[in-house]
Amino acid sequence: MHNKTLSEISSGLRNGDFSSEEITRHFLNRINQLDPQFNSFIAVTEEQAIQQARQADKMISAGETQALLGVPFAHKDIFCTEGVLTTSGSKMLENFISPYDSTVAANLKRAGAVNLGKTNMDEFAMGSSNETSFFGPVKNPWDVTRVPGGSSGGSAAAVAARLAPAATATDTGGSIRQPASLCGVTGLKPTYGRISRWGMIAFASSLDQAGPITQTAEDAALMLNSMAGFDPKDSTSVDQPVPDYRANLNDSLKGLTIGLPKEYFASGLDPKLENIIQEAISEYQRLGATVKEVSLPNSSLSVPVYYVIAPAECSTNLSRFDGVRYGYRCAEPINLEDMYTRTRSEGFGDEVKRRILIGTYVLSSGFYDAYYIQAQKTRRLIQQDFVNAFEQVDVLMAPTSPSPAFKFDEKTADPLTMYLEDIYTIGVNLAGLPGISIPAGQLDGLPVGLQIIGNYFSESKLLNVAHQYQQVTGWHKAQPID
Amino acid sequence: MSIDSKEIEKLADLARLKFDQEQLGEVTDRIASVLDFIDQLHQTETQAIEPMAHPMDAVQRLRADKVTESNQREKYQQVAPATENGLYLVPKVIE
Amino acid sequence: MEWETVIGLEIHAQLATESKIFSGSSTTFGAEANTQASLVDLALPGVLPVFNEQALKLAVIFGLGIGAKIHKKSVFDRKNYFYPDLPKGYQISQLHHPIVGEGHVDITLSDGTVKRVGVTRAHLEEDAGKSLHEDFHGSTGIDLNRAGTPLLEIVSEPDLRSAEEAVAYLKKIHTLIRYLGISDGNMAEGSMRCDINISMRPMGQETLGTRAEIKNVNSFRFVEKAIVHEMERQIDILEDGGSVVQETRLYDSELDETRSMRSKEVAMDYRYFPEPDLLPIIIDDEYIEALRANLPELPDQKKQRFTDQYNLSSSDAEQLAGSLELGRYFEEVVQISGAAKLSANWIIVELSGQLNKNELDIGDSPVTAQQLGELVLRIQDNTISGKIAKIVFQEIWNGKGSADQIIESQGLKQVTDSGAIETLVDEVIAANPSQVEQYLAGKEKMLGFFVGQIMKASKGKANPGQVNEILKGKLKQ
Repeated sequence: MHNKTLSEISSGLRNGDFSSEEITRHFLNRINQLDPQFNSFIAVTEEQAIQQARQADKMISAGETQALLGVPFAHKDIFCTEGVLTTSGSKMLENFISPYDSTVAANLKRAGAVNLGKTNMDEFAMGSSNETSFFGPVKNPWDVTRVPGGSSGGSAAAVAARLAPAATATDTGGSIRQPASLCGVTGLKPTYGRISRWGMIAFASSLDQAGPITQTAEDAALMLNSMAGFDPKDSTSVDQPVPDYRANLNDSLKGLTIGLPKEYFASGLDPKLENIIQEAISEYQRLGATVKEVSLPNSSLSVPVYYVIAPAECSTNLSRFDGVRYGYRCAEPINLEDMYTRTRSEGFGDEVKRRILIGTYVLSSGFYDAYYIQAQKTRRLIQQDFVNAFEQVDVLMAPTSPSPAFKFDEKTADPLTMYLEDIYTIGVNLAGLPGISIPAGQLDGLPVGLQIIGNYFSESKLLNVAHQYQQVTGWHKAQPID
Repeated sequence: MSIDSKEIEKLADLARLKFDQEQLGEVTDRIASVLDFIDQLHQTETQAIEPMAHPMDAVQRLRADKVTESNQREKYQQVAPATENGLYLVPKVIE
Repeated sequence: MEWETVIGLEIHAQLATESKIFSGSSTTFGAEANTQASLVDLALPGVLPVFNEQALKLAVIFGLGIGAKIHKKSVFDRKNYFYPDLPKGYQISQLHHPIVGEGHVDITLSDGTVKRVGVTRAHLEEDAGKSLHEDFHGSTGIDLNRAGTPLLEIVSEPDLRSAEEAVAYLKKIHTLIRYLGISDGNMAEGSMRCDINISMRPMGQETLGTRAEIKNVNSFRFVEKAIVHEMERQIDILEDGGSVVQETRLYDSELDETRSMRSKEVAMDYRYFPEPDLLPIIIDDEYIEALRANLPELPDQKKQRFTDQYNLSSSDAEQLAGSLELGRYFEEVVQISGAAKLSANWIIVELSGQLNKNELDIGDSPVTAQQLGELVLRIQDNTISGKIAKIVFQEIWNGKGSADQIIESQGLKQVTDSGAIETLVDEVIAANPSQVEQYLAGKEKMLGFFVGQIMKASKGKANPGQVNEILKGKLKQ
């Protein structure tokens, strides 16, 4: 039953093949049984899930037909969920029961989807391996000695291990696409502003964007239909109608122009991994697409730009964690300064603290122009590169990450090697574009993702392009365990 | 080395963080290497470029001036570390 | 050495909106602690700000009111610092691109000279909450009802040279924001507060001395006292050969002194940068012109109109136009009395005197404009004399009814019957033969004596003009 896609579960529920309670219990059992080896969940909301499932069953028998009604899924623990533990992977929020719902949580609730629990993640989404979580690292279901990627490693691992048919996630520099790639699942990062950020615990406000992690592009379309939409509570939410993202899945790819950014295929990319990507592109050519080389000349600057802007924004986004109104407070503070300093030093993990320091540095007087303003200017150059590219091609294709899943601790010693993990994904966040990672092959038994990048608000096109590939290949069906 | 441990301590002070001497050396090394890496930004000529604060050149939407929130004090203070008579308590502030 | 004082003010005015600048919480003053603090005001994880259109409108109206440049693009910045009443750990403010640019206001000083004071800028920001330091077992209590209330920070040029100028400027801004309806300006409730930047320099020197900033002074009187005190403190330091430390100081109204506030001030670095949760505010000419077209009459215009239309002296017009309510009161009185100068006089001298004595605002006056208008009308039509009018005024003040009722019931109507006055004159002349002789011998001053006696005999009710005329005629006979 757990091998079914979200879409299959959806139609199974409506056909009366099984009830929401049955399938929900099935996944809950599976989580209880298998997750101890993966650690992909921080909290399992068993009681609420069964309640929601029963409610959904009533509605289904009353003839309601919403696509996600009664369908189980999991939330990345970055989304505030009313009455449910919401930690953002941090000791700072170890006991935080959110008094409100994020818009994403509210939207999925309204759609009738059943929340199984909250998935593990890098602390405050800062990491590419899930090793910074206060709740311990998530293990890659393909090889538990390896990382699942991050920061949405829990969501990706849960979907890969079929502990949930779908999960929400967020992507600031690659945090949906990279773990999707490393775990062999489909991960969509929509256009900035497509999904509301209300109630999504902020990492870097101008980069953060929510999206789904699923088995297939079709499932991603189904999730996006409910997650997306204008939200008056988020000033950066874009007021554009939400199409039915499934409507164009079956469009032909004849005449599609694919751009290959030459900088993404340059030295540093494992030739064996490159072969897998090239093979996927050949598949697209067989589907009728043409291929063209393009250039993103400033792409080598995207990682340094990111490591100015993201820490700058996070350093102040995280100032609210001061032990006054919620969350962790140190024991017996002797005075106010002691409370601040110890609360924050004890409540935040090492990587979070480092990023706060870097952010504080690049914003401090005397350095602001040289770092922050210079990074913002370079960010525009990077965006302009993409705009120019999309004048010539419909989509861009590239690897999602430079290597498959790596071993624990392999990249923790030097922060830079970890930061370079996101070298192909960060540009998309800086420009605010949508991108999707789909399974496209395996290297030494580990999944490899193909990244497809689209123009602003071209999610339908991206999903169509991904779906067509999944009609003629089976990589997305490969699973690490039964 | 682009930054020393004294400067790191100053930054930590601004950010209300503290490191003991042992941690300080490691933190300084790591941050120095990140800053060295970031320094490549200075190679690019950006004189004529407008800084980009948001991915899209959108404009602030305005909210109607209406009261939409009601008193939820009890609910919101359930997650607070210390309250009394509806106030959040902190160690005494001396001005 | 002769010293010159250089003062600039940063005035924070709470904008008169229903809801907060970035959330839908009420801004009503005086609610129970933290009952008007929403998710956004409490800075819960994941919450986001959305900007209140009314706050924008009121800020632009202020800019237009001081003839300032309105910036069509303005941007919110984060100002980062830790304080328990600042829930996010940063205040959303505007540093690099404020909504209002350079403008000016004219102030009139006690010697009648008019001085133009530059306004550097005015920007939008959110207020912080309140820290209550009463003892909660050695803790401080935090109330976040005020957090997120919209503020307009109005920054002056360092154009002010004395406490008097500073107070006149502050009063002018206060009058303006009341006229424009952008803030209630209630200083007691903290709706208007001011930070004073003050430095001293030797008279004639160009460069500015080191300044101290006195934070959060919340009454006109305290502004004056704080400045006077701070000037003395700085001069003492400078004349002793010391140097003033650049720092933030607090004015203690009970001890009437300023004292240093934050010892860690030196380490402050606010790390301003554009608030990524908000987008740039863009307005167009149409927006600005629509607001300009609806601007009310402003204090300077009203003053001019009062001198033109009612023939008032410049200082009377200044005083009456100096408060929206006073100007309104004046025009109501004139409407009824038809006598502008007399009405102005009564408001400025009698009414204002009584109000001041009783520490009342014009809005709380026990004598309504209607009542005062009727009283002035009775002076104007000679029903009563000015002297009697003072008695009647006091009775109105005490709630004894309208002017006409009081005149009637207490028989205060002026005697204008010349026969009756003649009788009184005759009696007084007959009773004071020696004074008559002195007068006839050329001592003209004695006329006053006779008038006094006659008025006394009439209990003040005789018409003084008539008394004069009849008396002169009779004495000549």
